[in-house]
Amino acid sequence: MSGLDPLSAGVALEDVDEIEADEELAPKPLRADVWRRFRQNKLALVGLGFIVLLILVAVFAPWIAPYGPAERSPGAFREPPSLEHWFGTDTIGLDVFSRVVYGARISLRVGIIATLMTVVIGLVLGAVAGFYGGKTDGLIMRVTDVFLAIPYIVLAVAIATLFGKSVNSVILVLGLTGWLGLCRIVRASFLSLNRLEYVEAARSLGFRNSRIIFRHMLPNALQPVIVYATIEVGTIILAEAALSFLGVGPVPPTPAWGLMVSEAKSTLAVAPHMLFFPGMAIFLTVLAFVFVGDGLRDALDPKLK
Amino acid sequence: MFAYFVRRLLLVVPTVFFALSFLFLLFFALPGDPATLLAGGADRNPDPGVVERARERYGLDEPLYQQFGEYWGRAAQWDLGESFKSGRSVNDILGEKAINSLRLAIWAILIEIVVGISVGVLSAIRRYSLSDKLTTIATAAASAVPVFVLGFILQYLFAVVPEKQGWPDWLHLRTQGLGPDTWTFFFIPTGEQWRYLILPAVTLACVSTALAARMTRGSMLEVLRADYLRTARAKGLSERKVVTGHGLRNAMLPVITLIGLDFGTVIGAAILTETVFSWPGLGSAIADAVSERDLPVLLGLSLAVTIAFALVNLLVDLSYAWFDPRIRLGKDAEV
Repeated sequence: MSGLDPLSAGVALEDVDEIEADEELAPKPLRADVWRRFRQNKLALVGLGFIVLLILVAVFAPWIAPYGPAERSPGAFREPPSLEHWFGTDTIGLDVFSRVVYGARISLRVGIIATLMTVVIGLVLGAVAGFYGGKTDGLIMRVTDVFLAIPYIVLAVAIATLFGKSVNSVILVLGLTGWLGLCRIVRASFLSLNRLEYVEAARSLGFRNSRIIFRHMLPNALQPVIVYATIEVGTIILAEAALSFLGVGPVPPTPAWGLMVSEAKSTLAVAPHMLFFPGMAIFLTVLAFVFVGDGLRDALDPKLK
Repeated sequence: MFAYFVRRLLLVVPTVFFALSFLFLLFFALPGDPATLLAGGADRNPDPGVVERARERYGLDEPLYQQFGEYWGRAAQWDLGESFKSGRSVNDILGEKAINSLRLAIWAILIEIVVGISVGVLSAIRRYSLSDKLTTIATAAASAVPVFVLGFILQYLFAVVPEKQGWPDWLHLRTQGLGPDTWTFFFIPTGEQWRYLILPAVTLACVSTALAARMTRGSMLEVLRADYLRTARAKGLSERKVVTGHGLRNAMLPVITLIGLDFGTVIGAAILTETVFSWPGLGSAIADAVSERDLPVLLGLSLAVTIAFALVNLLVDLSYAWFDPRIRLGKDAEV
């Protein structure tokens, strides 16, 4: 008997691996389905197009921008938009269009890296809380309660002051504070998955917990995470702009959109273009991610529409 | 029900305690010495003797755990200390700023409830019509607007443009400060006051109104499909009664949750809105306290905000039972 057990267990494991391999093939038509439904949503497509455009602008910024982000045009202070300066110039003669173009790099970098951080932290903590339950769950949930009790901007501003004023510290702040909502979503999914029979089956087959969590349960908990993370990129870009605006983000002459708005506020009456263009850039970027997130949600779960 | 209320109330205490302790410790980890700041600021190179006296005066020379213990000892008796910056009692600052913030928040939440819910309901009963589609786009857009950009654009449109174009005086809205501070029944602006109130209130309300409208629409759509609505129609009720009497009340549960949770969003947005409009409320005071490293003010105001947030969430949970009698809180729920 003792000689047979590991053997049969080995067979069973191989079988399961095969089944899993099949499952990995299976979602492909589903993915096509999701894409088909996503394409029907015009707003989501427009959003996606805008994001692609923004990424191209960020990558090719030096070729697109007619001036450098800190290149002064002598004698052209606070000039309204013209053929020479499409979005006008600012108080010290910098070209607003070029700075908005370079600003895309900062916003995308902050948005994407900080979102990845929040997703990793939120997934791991949420999965652990939902899978193990009991005291582990209680502890993690109390910690999120404590952080949710502090108004988000107070928390972010306080931590940002600690880390110093730079783009990287803003990434760190937003990555470390943004995972609370995601953690709760993942935990809720895991709590309901925990009761399902296939998870019980995996347990009784003696798989390691990490394997059950990451290979069996996580793929089934990913849908809301994908939607949340897409919208989160926009939320984080918005938060980055707010921190820059409040003066705890990057310092001049960094071409961060929030900082440009902040610099423009005192000259609103004479040079509204200085505020309008970077403000619009923030707005359209965030909106694009909201549209794509909404489109993904409808495409992934057509019942909800 | 009462036991449930008390138990929830007791749970608020450790949450608030740990949240504020975190802010307290975070503050001491920040670079720069608060005593130097007290004595006039690092850039002015204050006399070392003055710095030393400031350190003693505010107990900053004591070990951290002792300062921590003393702070909570006083806070437990609702003595929030004195501002490092102005020397004023934080209790006084809190009382003064909280009233201004509350007035602004009341209007923002009123706009959110009235506009958000009615737009959401109209959108849901005319699903897929042109107005529904436009509303969906508009609410998505409104939820993506950076609060401070919106504030400045409104300032431009309603204060700068009327000024430049020489429009009649009553069309000029005011954009800076509280104004004459004249109110009836605590929150109704009197005389010139409404000119100062309207732009910050709209700015503050924008994002949460959009979220409320989206949530109401989704929730209404779900309810409108329910069997009991068909029953209500079948027994001959007018469509209006069906929607308002049977539909709306049942659709309100998630919306109430959102509006309650939104309180946090409103506080966050208030920091930006109040900064943009120089509205002397808690939000701008907190923002100032962070940049000036005024620990007692930061902690005291955050403490008040955090407690208020926790209480609102508790009220939201209690209101569930009123909106949906099937929900029983406390002991009955466990049976």
